[in-house]
Amino acid sequence: MLKKSIKTYAWLLAVNLFISTFTFGGGYIVVPMVRRFFVEKKQYFTEEDLTDMAAVAQAAPGAIAVNLSALAGYRAAGTAGALISCCGAVIPPLVILTVISACYQIFVSNVTAAAVLKGMESGAAALMVDLITDMSAMILKKKSLFLSAMVPPAFIANFILGINVALILFVCCFLCVLQVFCKRRM
Amino acid sequence: MVWKLFTAFLKIGCLSIGGGYAVIPLIQEQVVEAEGWISEKMFTDIITISQMTPGPLAVNTSTFVGLQAGGTVGALAATAGCILCGLVISLALYKFFQTYQTSAYVLEVLNGLKSASLGLIISAAFTIILLALCGGNKPGLDLLSFNWTALLLLLAMLSVLRRWKLNPVAVIFISGIAGFILYR
Repeated sequence: MLKKSIKTYAWLLAVNLFISTFTFGGGYIVVPMVRRFFVEKKQYFTEEDLTDMAAVAQAAPGAIAVNLSALAGYRAAGTAGALISCCGAVIPPLVILTVISACYQIFVSNVTAAAVLKGMESGAAALMVDLITDMSAMILKKKSLFLSAMVPPAFIANFILGINVALILFVCCFLCVLQVFCKRRM
Repeated sequence: MVWKLFTAFLKIGCLSIGGGYAVIPLIQEQVVEAEGWISEKMFTDIITISQMTPGPLAVNTSTFVGLQAGGTVGALAATAGCILCGLVISLALYKFFQTYQTSAYVLEVLNGLKSASLGLIISAAFTIILLALCGGNKPGLDLLSFNWTALLLLLAMLSVLRRWKLNPVAVIFISGIAGFILYR
């Protein structure tokens, strides 16, 4: 039993180090990574659980990538799992930034590094499109007009109007409570 | 000094809902204006580095500022402060949602948060796509600066992903190699 849990902890640390090293392009890129390793490979939880976690990681303060790693670790191995995952998620940026801060000027003027990173931007964009396709299918499957209709305004409010994320989430919670309340009254 | 770094970044961590670039003004106010740990120029440099390296902006900034102001111990303290609040609150929030799943209100709020977070993820995806294809994060109609190579690479990676469910890390790796060949 003890051996098994040590094995799980080691896997959690390794997989989070790995994921965190490759999270170019913002916190959300962690979602397809977690899906691949935790849902498809190890089956610690379902895809539906993952969207729950992504929503919670988003609504809580702090970095989404770190929050989501901690939640995935929690589901796989409890509180210890959450702490281990969290360390795994933080170590790569700590190390990489320490190195880069020492030789920043050389790094930004390097043509090869710029070319590789430019290519990676396209890869990250493809991953996001893939994730969005699957997530949209999941929300449409619920056949709730109310929930489906909430997606475009959230997008417009954030991307085009630049409204604060906390405010968007607050309005969304308020509308949900109001909707349940009205349904019960009728 | 170490304690000061820890509390400053604890505050940043607690107040930064939504992550990403929403945190920039908050960090700027705390670290550049109030404490003067780093200069304005250095802060802009950190944002540039963050765009090119893995890891959340807040964590990257806390590492950098911690190193400048208090060495390795400072970096560790700042990073710990930065993630602590989010860690505790997201675990508590998740437990709360799991416990009260039977309540119609809680279930609907969670479903609504999921819808809103999809909208926000699409917004983040647009930012990345614009950055990859047009080199900026504001939509522009300048067709001359449109990067057709990047679009082709994106579509190629997407079709590979949809067809063979390729490992996401492999996708990043392959597109990095493609970038090396195509852009150098």
